[in-house]
Amino acid sequence: MATEEHQDEVDWRTSASTTEMSTRDRLEEWYTHSVYEPAVVAWSDNRTRWGIIILSFYLLMAAVEVLGLWRDPRPNQAERYLKPFETMAYPLGTTQSGVDLLALIIDSTPFILLMVFAGGVWATTLAVAVGTVSGYKGGVTDRVITSISDFFMSIPGLPLIIVLAIALSPENPLLLGVVLTINYWAGLGRSIRSQVLSIREESYVEASRTMGTSTPRIIIKDVLPNIMPYVMVNFVFAARYTIFASVGLYLIGALPYSGQNWGVTLTNAYRQGGLFTTEGLHWLMVPIIAIVGLALGLILLSQGMDRIFNPRVRTRLTGESRSEAETDSSTTTEGI
Amino acid sequence: MHYYLRRTARIPLTILAVATLTFGLIRLLPGGPFTQLRIQLLRQGMSVEQVNARIAALQNIRPDAPLYIQYWDYMSGLVRLDLGTSISLNQPVMDVIARALPWTVLLVVTSTVLMFVIGVLIGAMQAYWEGSRFDKFASSGSILLMSIPYYIFAVIFLFVLGFQMRIFPTGNAVARGVEAGLTSEYLISVFQHAALPIISFTLGGIGSTALSMRGNGIQVLGEEYVEVARLRGLPDSRIATRYVAKNAILPMYTGLLLLIGFRLGGTVVLEQIFSYPGLGFYLISALNANDYPLMMGTFLVITVTLVVAVYIADLTYGLIDPRISAGEGDGY
Repeated sequence: MATEEHQDEVDWRTSASTTEMSTRDRLEEWYTHSVYEPAVVAWSDNRTRWGIIILSFYLLMAAVEVLGLWRDPRPNQAERYLKPFETMAYPLGTTQSGVDLLALIIDSTPFILLMVFAGGVWATTLAVAVGTVSGYKGGVTDRVITSISDFFMSIPGLPLIIVLAIALSPENPLLLGVVLTINYWAGLGRSIRSQVLSIREESYVEASRTMGTSTPRIIIKDVLPNIMPYVMVNFVFAARYTIFASVGLYLIGALPYSGQNWGVTLTNAYRQGGLFTTEGLHWLMVPIIAIVGLALGLILLSQGMDRIFNPRVRTRLTGESRSEAETDSSTTTEGI
Repeated sequence: MHYYLRRTARIPLTILAVATLTFGLIRLLPGGPFTQLRIQLLRQGMSVEQVNARIAALQNIRPDAPLYIQYWDYMSGLVRLDLGTSISLNQPVMDVIARALPWTVLLVVTSTVLMFVIGVLIGAMQAYWEGSRFDKFASSGSILLMSIPYYIFAVIFLFVLGFQMRIFPTGNAVARGVEAGLTSEYLISVFQHAALPIISFTLGGIGSTALSMRGNGIQVLGEEYVEVARLRGLPDSRIATRYVAKNAILPMYTGLLLLIGFRLGGTVVLEQIFSYPGLGFYLISALNANDYPLMMGTFLVITVTLVVAVYIADLTYGLIDPRISAGEGDGY
């Protein structure tokens, strides 16, 4: 942080400090700055806390499946149309063909999480690469990249995914995640570019440039840390888009599937009478709750992330002060 | 004026690129575009030439010609607005699309405008009464709305209001037997059929719009020029509209450009759930019927609609933000 300033001498070496730091000290400092303090801020915020709790619950379900702690879903493993909590052996009830709903949900949790993760990583990584390079380099590089992403922006996502899904029939969760966010990076890359455009003009970037630092190093050291909060928040949005798009496409039968997952369960419930009778209502609601819960956890987390990274939003949101804009330096320390 | 010219010149280029992509995608599809149809026709005892002629008539593509000639045929067909013939409906694809396009535009435009206006109003009120009980309530509501996909609203509305209570129709864009025209009967029928899709599509977007408007509003309210305007004794209404609202909405406008794409794509799911005969509905039924000419035609037209929509939004953005039309247009 820029709080340490040397008053009597000007030292332009970046790693200037009067006393040598041991590796242990450095590790400790890194831990306090990058892990402990954000964690405290995150936990102090109601929304992030709930986001973390909800997401941990999903990870737990994935762990249960991976370790094989719950039965696998099979037809006729129980009575048909058991209501939720009717018997504790089948806590979420059963479907029309007597499949344990909880087993169905748990069974595909790893699949969904992998897909969502792949979608988020693919969309944000590509967007960051494209946005930073075109924003920082400018000139011909910028023009070429911008035209390409403009083109991808002008194709509506879902129809393109549908056509691609016929050609590729993706059933691997990682590939599916990538296909679902196939052109999501374009818009995100565009807005990252416009942020990089203004960061490029900052004095510290100019200083690095004058010192002859290489472009990749400037992008990684000076530009990336500044857009990281924005990227993290958008990672969550891309992840949310991935799950929404996949379930939507399963629902209209535009994605191929062989096994079961939340989207397929919802589709079966929707198609096989969940819509007309109240008997099968829980069959429809259980996958909906699973999907909405995951999205809710992600969004709650992203809302709090905004607060961790952005001191202005942080103090203003807590309602501590109505008219502070200049007292930034004091709030950054007391906020922790 | 320079900016508008450049922007306009880009449209044909984009459409050309998209059309090329569609052409490429046809080739990507399993077994080529017409394998199934070809087998079917050959089995019926047609000669190879007859089959080729039939397929050429369907998609303006001569299957045995070299690729660049096929490409040329396809492109010149597009220029003549000839997208081939639908296999499953046995009608020119262009006719089907001409019928479907207005319904899709109706859904997307109405719901996007509603979503934007309602979201901005709620967000602005939240920013103004920041920290109040209303603010907290609306924020939680927005987060909840953001985590529910629009098609869940659609399914639930269809279940409760359509099938259980029978208040709204569960399919089609107009009731059967109602003549098209500017009669009140027709308009009411259109409204009844479009109401549920529009409501579910609008609800899903209000949350994020309200939240980003709230953030922008809070930021602008803290700016010095707002304080100065207050000190100058300008009337509150003028500050609220000219100073705060304008500057808070501007950054959201570029987001809206992106949103149009997502929403236009989203109609595919929405129209399918409500059996609403728009472009997305025909795209999926073409998909299920292996009707490649119709599928590619609808895909192309959905994309062209998006290109035009973004163009219109870009032009109006230039009107709102003078920096865009004057300068490089690099700001976003």
